[in-house]
Amino acid sequence: MSLVIDSVRKRFSAYPALEGVSFTAPQGAFVALLGPSGSGKTTLLRILGGLEFPDDGSIRFADVNWLAVPTRERRAGFVFQHYALFRHMSVAQNIAFGLSIRPRRERPSRTEIERRVAELLALVRLDGLGRRYPSQLSGGQRQRVALARALAIEPRVLLLDEPFGALDAKVRKELRGWLRALHGRLGITSIFVTHDQDEAFALADLVAVMNKGRIEQYGSPAEVRNSPATPFVRDFLGMNASELPNPGIRPAQVRLDTVRNRNSSKEFGS
Amino acid sequence: MRARRPTEDHPATRALFVGATMALIIASLVMPLAMVFAQALAQGVAVALRSVESRDALAAIRLTLVTAAIAVPLNMLFGIAASWAITKHDFRGKSVLLSLIDLPFSVSPVIAGLLYVLIFGMQGWLGPWLRDHDIKIIFALPGIVLATIFVTFPFVARELIPLMVDQGRQEEEAAISLGASGWQTFLRVTLPNIRWGLLYGVLLCNARAMGEFGAVSVVSGHIRGLTNTMPLAVEALYNDYEFVGAFAVAALLALLAIVTLGAKALLEWHYAGELAAAHRH
Repeated sequence: MSLVIDSVRKRFSAYPALEGVSFTAPQGAFVALLGPSGSGKTTLLRILGGLEFPDDGSIRFADVNWLAVPTRERRAGFVFQHYALFRHMSVAQNIAFGLSIRPRRERPSRTEIERRVAELLALVRLDGLGRRYPSQLSGGQRQRVALARALAIEPRVLLLDEPFGALDAKVRKELRGWLRALHGRLGITSIFVTHDQDEAFALADLVAVMNKGRIEQYGSPAEVRNSPATPFVRDFLGMNASELPNPGIRPAQVRLDTVRNRNSSKEFGS
Repeated sequence: MRARRPTEDHPATRALFVGATMALIIASLVMPLAMVFAQALAQGVAVALRSVESRDALAAIRLTLVTAAIAVPLNMLFGIAASWAITKHDFRGKSVLLSLIDLPFSVSPVIAGLLYVLIFGMQGWLGPWLRDHDIKIIFALPGIVLATIFVTFPFVARELIPLMVDQGRQEEEAAISLGASGWQTFLRVTLPNIRWGLLYGVLLCNARAMGEFGAVSVVSGHIRGLTNTMPLAVEALYNDYEFVGAFAVAALLALLAIVTLGAKALLEWHYAGELAAAHRH
């Protein structure tokens, strides 16, 4: 049941995002995609989650052609960097979403869904907050709701995009240890994207260091740290997180809006 | 006396601007509106009611309501489809589509009406074919509906596009990765997120659909009791020196608009908390 990624390529109109990426994530492993912004790590994660399609290459999961599985049937638990919680739904409704939309014969009963939601709320340590709305939660709490929502569908793989990127340092450290323990308990193959080497080394079983759409080195944290395979890896590890180019903005998120009209949305009571 | 904050203007300046705005609104909006009602009721309520109950007036009211009932839902569907396509997908010609949506704002409604006459009228491109097949568009309900749709085209889309751009695609992506179909995603994620903007757009669209004069005037043919909408009936009555009747129908039209605005204000007030929560995210 390992995830085998072979020669995956992806080009966006302006620039190549992935130039032939290959690696294998063994069953149950916690893999970090580590690299500076623009190195293609989020693109790779989105391809695994079915949110982008590669131009070339293959991905096999448990010997199934993963790319032939439609996004909605992949059961890939995707945790977005900015959580993407459904803002008009309560926390409980958010978590229940993946179960409640199933066709009638596969859908658990109402009480069963409630039980599962309560279980997941306890798992992410948000007991009693099921009736709140996302806007009433702190960043760390939203993050855990997003995780619980992804776990509700009993995902085959867990994909986390900068899981702690939007949190402050203290919460980040706390959640890090907690996530590591949770991963150990659930045993789901998990892949997460980060630009922070401390985070990658602290959490992951295997680290893939990425640069300009390629994997520079793939190995255990100790291997990567002790014997950098390329000059890039050595340089990258030599830098402190604070010296890295600002990781908060990535090309895919930059939009030049000509249609945006603040007034008209404000008129409607913002 | 309370100290003035450094960023605050002098009270006299403030009073000047507030006063000028209020004066302008009263002179150009409130007074004419009050005049409409005053004129309508000049000879008493009974006379006003009787003129609204005349056969021609009732026909005009019915035509206006039918036109809005067809044009508004169609434009709602179109507006949702267009803004969904524009904000959630990338495709060639997106900016062209955006400008086309705005076209009715920049083209005079009269020109729009004339275009329909040129296409569907007796001497128009499709005129002979339509006549042979016994289909009447110009000087009939279909033409009036078409003209109304053209004029009210942008209202819903213009309201939704900025809202949907603001919200991005992430929630839809999350829904699909959780196993939702495209339709489920739309119904359970996209639509609830835009419902207030949608409602607002539909109300504006409706107000304009009922009040449109120019484009409808060209294609309607002004047949009394048949193709006169309320705004056209007002003009016809006025030209016949039937002032009470003209103002009575005008007052009714104004009343419909006021009810629309009232409904919007009520909804905003009633759901203020939910609105704020949705925007704060």
